Amino acid sequence: MSSFYPAVQIAVIALVTMALRFLPFLIFGKGKQTPKYISYLGTVLPPAIMGMLVIYCLRGISFGSIGAFLPALLSVVTVVLLHVWKRKTLLSILGGTVLYMVLLNIM
Amino acid sequence: MKQNIIRTIPVMTGYLVLGFGFGIVLRSKGFGILWCLALSTFVYAGSMQYVAVDLMAMGAGLLTTALTTLMVNARHLFYGISMIDRYKALKHGKLYSIFGLTDETYSLVCQDSSLSDWDIFQISLFNQIYWVIGSLLGSAIGALLPWDFAGIDFALTALFVCIFTEQWLAGKDHAPAVIGATSSLACLLVFGRGNFLIPSMLLITAMLTILMKIRGGQR
Repeated sequence: MSSFYPAVQIAVIALVTMALRFLPFLIFGKGKQTPKYISYLGTVLPPAIMGMLVIYCLRGISFGSIGAFLPALLSVVTVVLLHVWKRKTLLSILGGTVLYMVLLNIM
Repeated sequence: MKQNIIRTIPVMTGYLVLGFGFGIVLRSKGFGILWCLALSTFVYAGSMQYVAVDLMAMGAGLLTTALTTLMVNARHLFYGISMIDRYKALKHGKLYSIFGLTDETYSLVCQDSSLSDWDIFQISLFNQIYWVIGSLLGSAIGALLPWDFAGIDFALTALFVCIFTEQWLAGKDHAPAVIGATSSLACLLVFGRGNFLIPSMLLITAMLTILMKIRGGQR
């Protein structure tokens, strides 16, 4: 396989990804006052994005059979309950992940 | 520094595992460890790297490659916009911290407003180091391991659920969180799992703008 073309592909992927990450700073960057609307989005977006990422992670769940969605559902609920109870990030994540792996194995 | 290692432990678990998986997949398509290093260093975007394997394996056209990257990674625009005032003011490591603003780094930084410039830089750097190490290990020894870690990638889902819960408990205004989750769920149901991220982002922005107008009108 020629290794030139994949290298060009990687360069394109890297450039587009970097462009997306840097673009907001190029537009609203140094010395410019951030428009009020963008600052407003900056304050309300984080919780909204986290909600979106949760859905994004769970997008693959199918409701075809109990074994397909119950492990994820129970584990998500466990993470929430653990976190409301103790508010220790590591404990919540570890508890949910271990439960998920166990459920995946037995279901 | 120790504090930042502790802060990044949840991401470390997820990145080592997901990176490992990426290394295995990439190797299985005939791309060895140097390709792995190049992707994890210069692209450094988890889900996009998995997509990149397919694009490379089928020799996709450059326009297709660019557009696919645009679709899969468009959410990074959101991270920049939502961090604009904080990251704009960074005096140390600014360029790298912007480059390293992945889903997971974003989630760690956005929940803690007390982080210094160096904290943000270190968190970004440590996370990429975990990702690079995981992917190189996957590429080098992944095919040799007899056991499987099925389900350990749930650590990243758990991380997002955990931060979502934390933000919910810490904040009084729950409207943005509800808008984010319900808009995304609605778009998932309407557009399907492959195409719902961009509609979700548009809908979330529209709803948040409406929210601003409504609340602005009340004042």
